[in-house]
Amino acid sequence: MPDALAVTRTHCPYCALQCGTRITGRGGAAVTVEPADFPVNRGRLCQKGWTAHEVLTAPDRLTTPLVRSRDGRLLTSSWDSALDTVADGLDRVRARYGPDASAVFGGGGLTNEKAYMLGKFARLALGTSNIDYNGRFCMSSAAAAGNDAFGVDRGLPFPVTDLARARTVLLAGANVAETMPPLMQHLDRARLIVVDPRHSATARRAALHLQPAPGTDLALALGLLHLAITDGLVDKTYVDQRTRGFETIATRAAAWWPERTEEVTGVSAHAQRTAVRLLAESRDSYILTGRGVEQHRQGTATAAAFINLALALGLPGTPGGGYGCLTGQGNGQGGREHGQKTDQLPGYRSLTDPADRAHVAGVWGVPPDRLPGPGLRAYELLDALGEEHGPHALLVLGSNPMVSAPHAARIAARLASLDLLVVADFVPSETAQAADVVLPVTQWAEEEGTLTNLEGRVLRRRALLSPPRSARSDLEILHGIAVRLGEPAERYPTEPREVFEELRAASRGGRADYSGITYDRLDAGEALYWPCPDTDTPHPGTPRLFLDGFAHPDGRARFADVEHDGPAEATDAEYPVHATTGRILSHYQSGAQTRRVTELAAVASEAFVEVHPDTAARHGLAEGALARVTSARGGMTARVRLDPTLRPDTVFVPFHFGGDGRANLFTNPALDPRSGMPEFKVSAVRLDPLPE
Amino acid sequence: MSHILVIGHGPATHRLLRGLRRHGHDGTVTVLSAEHHPVQHRPLLTTVLQGRLEAGMLRPEPEPGARVLTGAVATAVDTARRVVHARQGDTVTAHPYDVLVLACGARPVIPPLPGASDRTGRLAPGVTTLREVTDCDRIQGTAVTVLGGGPLGVETASALALRGTATTLVCSGPHPLHERLGGTGAALLTARLQEAGVEVLGGRRAVRREPGRLLLDDGTETAADSLVLCTGVEPEVRLARAAGIRVHHGIVVDDALRTSDSRVHAIGDCAEHAGRTVAGHESALAQADTLAAVLTGREAAHRPTPAVLRLRTHAVDVACVGPLAAFRRSGIRTVGLLDPAGRRHARLALDGDRIAAAVLLGLPEAIAAVSHLHRRGLPVPSDRLSLLLGIRSHLPPAEDDGRADSLVCLCNQVSRRQLADAWELGARTVPALVRVTRATTGCGGCTERVERLCAGWADAVGRELEPTP
Repeated sequence: MPDALAVTRTHCPYCALQCGTRITGRGGAAVTVEPADFPVNRGRLCQKGWTAHEVLTAPDRLTTPLVRSRDGRLLTSSWDSALDTVADGLDRVRARYGPDASAVFGGGGLTNEKAYMLGKFARLALGTSNIDYNGRFCMSSAAAAGNDAFGVDRGLPFPVTDLARARTVLLAGANVAETMPPLMQHLDRARLIVVDPRHSATARRAALHLQPAPGTDLALALGLLHLAITDGLVDKTYVDQRTRGFETIATRAAAWWPERTEEVTGVSAHAQRTAVRLLAESRDSYILTGRGVEQHRQGTATAAAFINLALALGLPGTPGGGYGCLTGQGNGQGGREHGQKTDQLPGYRSLTDPADRAHVAGVWGVPPDRLPGPGLRAYELLDALGEEHGPHALLVLGSNPMVSAPHAARIAARLASLDLLVVADFVPSETAQAADVVLPVTQWAEEEGTLTNLEGRVLRRRALLSPPRSARSDLEILHGIAVRLGEPAERYPTEPREVFEELRAASRGGRADYSGITYDRLDAGEALYWPCPDTDTPHPGTPRLFLDGFAHPDGRARFADVEHDGPAEATDAEYPVHATTGRILSHYQSGAQTRRVTELAAVASEAFVEVHPDTAARHGLAEGALARVTSARGGMTARVRLDPTLRPDTVFVPFHFGGDGRANLFTNPALDPRSGMPEFKVSAVRLDPLPE
Repeated sequence: MSHILVIGHGPATHRLLRGLRRHGHDGTVTVLSAEHHPVQHRPLLTTVLQGRLEAGMLRPEPEPGARVLTGAVATAVDTARRVVHARQGDTVTAHPYDVLVLACGARPVIPPLPGASDRTGRLAPGVTTLREVTDCDRIQGTAVTVLGGGPLGVETASALALRGTATTLVCSGPHPLHERLGGTGAALLTARLQEAGVEVLGGRRAVRREPGRLLLDDGTETAADSLVLCTGVEPEVRLARAAGIRVHHGIVVDDALRTSDSRVHAIGDCAEHAGRTVAGHESALAQADTLAAVLTGREAAHRPTPAVLRLRTHAVDVACVGPLAAFRRSGIRTVGLLDPAGRRHARLALDGDRIAAAVLLGLPEAIAAVSHLHRRGLPVPSDRLSLLLGIRSHLPPAEDDGRADSLVCLCNQVSRRQLADAWELGARTVPALVRVTRATTGCGGCTERVERLCAGWADAVGRELEPTP
């Protein structure tokens, strides 16, 4: 008699849309995934989601701890021995260099519970200020801009289903038709304006496609604001009553008349006018930004410039319109709220605010002065590894910086210079393969927890299966290391539900207040968006923020004073072409998961570069042949795909591949001063044919 | 530490101050600003004229670190003692410098038109140029005549027409911008201006201004409550010339924007670099950037900016790139497009795959693309007509182009063949096809195609079942 068929409702393990899924398994691991009727995806799922079960049984799934032997090989180890090795190594580094010499690098895919515990672990067990995460590479720019403008950063301050009533939606630097296909159903009725240097799958669905030169989105946003002003489309009542700072930015935007904006961006004055008119024609307009806006040296300012436009048109905080950032990673929203960011404490509290520190220290049962201050930010942290004053030990959870960090060759060398590199993962990612200790962990269908999707809605991840062999949860690992470092065991609970209870207390009264949310309420099917304070009668959560006012003390939104300052790297005779990087439909992030799924690998098995046919001819490249894409920092190898819809001055390289196919071998670690986000979207490169 | 003194407070100065601050200039900077209301963005004067922008928006923002003396009119430069004499109201002042920057700009050329100005050059009531913010207020009345068929004349006339003023544009050439656009383009421009409400009188000269009207050489007259003189500008060189600094048409500067006196630099419309004067806004800013680098000890050389004239008028999108003479150079290949009914015109002069010159009218996308390529020295795409028409030359194949192996559903990579196979195996409804193949379950963009395919196969089966007559 076969095992009973188990069915569990959970969410897709990939992007921030967190599509609802129903997973079915018969004992063992013969799992299937089907889309559920969840409001975000309403029965839809992309190919990654449908095939997500295959990662659970990846042939090279990590199932036992590995420790590097003296001769350099990774050998199977017992958990005790592996964790002892980790703790000994951390102790040695701390004794020799001090607490900040141990660092932690987290990920935007970790559950809220893990992200929370990772921050607590870093600050208390390691006592280090050096904790940051890969979300710094994704949505930290819009987070900074959103905090400045609205007083709080929630990617979408409204449910995605609101978009279905929009008349016009401007998508800037967001290729949702490829990166979040099920979201498109909410955008079907709106007239889409797509801002993207590439004629992306999303741009093909647009009523209007603005195709700016890479790195000039900020100029375009200033130009659109200029037109809103001169064409009399500014909502003056809204600006007067609900905002501050308009005069300054209006004067700034005056300098961006349409013909000058055209000169800098290449977007025609006519198209600019059309875009502003479409946006201003009704109040039911939304402006949404993605990574294309953020991954620049001026990413925060660029996101802010689009927020400025939305504010001038009177959209944010109104029932039918708004601004939102399309968060990328699975728990990109929750992962940035609970303390794995270097400047941050749970509940979106600040590590530098005395009251915030006191609150969290109180929950943790330590004096506030035991909490270190902010440390290095993601790239700066990786860049400092093994350097004299940098960290000498690194613990990586839920991230693959060997592939995902800019200037990857430099980062690989920095990782190799560490005294101790510990990587917790469920597959032997490129970073895991470089580690001294590899700790096998559970993955989505094997664990409980919560994630917060791009709307700020808190979702339950549920276990269907038992983890394979000896894989442990990240929570168990942190517990095991902390105890070995002399921390009290009860400070590091391993049950997600228990951790969530603690997170509730730590977030109580914070900007991202989860204190009114419980597993029981979520399991009962309640749709809970933060803030959801713990009130006498259960708080219904906050699907729509800002309707009554923005989160600044005076209730007003802030215009940001921003100015365009070009990409960090201009093309020249040696590096004559811009390269921009991004995602494709069949892969997710560093590809560590999706490259292991047969169906997805069949669609795109190796790195490629999209090139305009004219550009290819000029550089001696042919369809299907190999090319080297080289910047001042280094080069990678990619197969040429001709695409006549590209700008001839720009090539596109997806960043999902490893080894010599890493796009980040050429990317520029020029950082946004505010967010620390690298300029992934613009590098000056050379193209050379490569004989096979 | 050095003290930099700047004469003039236009866009070039503002950009210079910003550049000095960014490069960490550690000395002091003083600006002598003759104007009480300096203009940072002169191209926007016509927008102010339309009432679409408040005049205050054109004012430069205060630059931290610079001392700006408004209403300070420089009267003499003493290069030997390194001091500039000025008049501020009734006070005479002296301003020593280590480095002097002349950014005096240009001044309008006043034609010798009887009735327009008195003997001292003072403009008669109802007559104005358009150079300063205050000039906008001088343009009054219900009927205005603009004299001059250059870019400013065209922009001013169309701005006035847009605000509802009865506007006449008088120019000596057959059409406005005749020398820049060539005969065909200029004639189309006239047609577009007329459509936009500007009465264009080409091939005429003004002979006399009288209150309320302008008399022309063909004996006709135009109504002119105000007369706007857009009759060109010339570099402001008087101070420099008097100080013994070398002046040709403008103040002559080298690649470091240095004049014949090594402590004196000049930028913007007053400067003459590589034989070019009044090279416009873009060039002025580029010169300011170079000079900021030079003055903070960096290696920098000014290179002339590509010549692109982009009109600011709602009447029609117009751009001229490079010199019209390039069309007649040997080895130049031309590409042309003429749509008289649509009042659209384009001519490209190609030197190999680079743009040597271009005239574009009524083609907004081509204007954006061609000027972008020219400014960056980039090659033109091989499909020139698409470039001119602003359309995508080769669209990617539609997801379902009828071939058996073509993809119908991108999100789940489902081909037409897979759908057909599923149908053959018994999935005879859309939901069944979806269940078997997962097509339509991603973005949903292929739903209609799947429905069509399903219906088509069902029809085919239906026809087979019908008895043959």
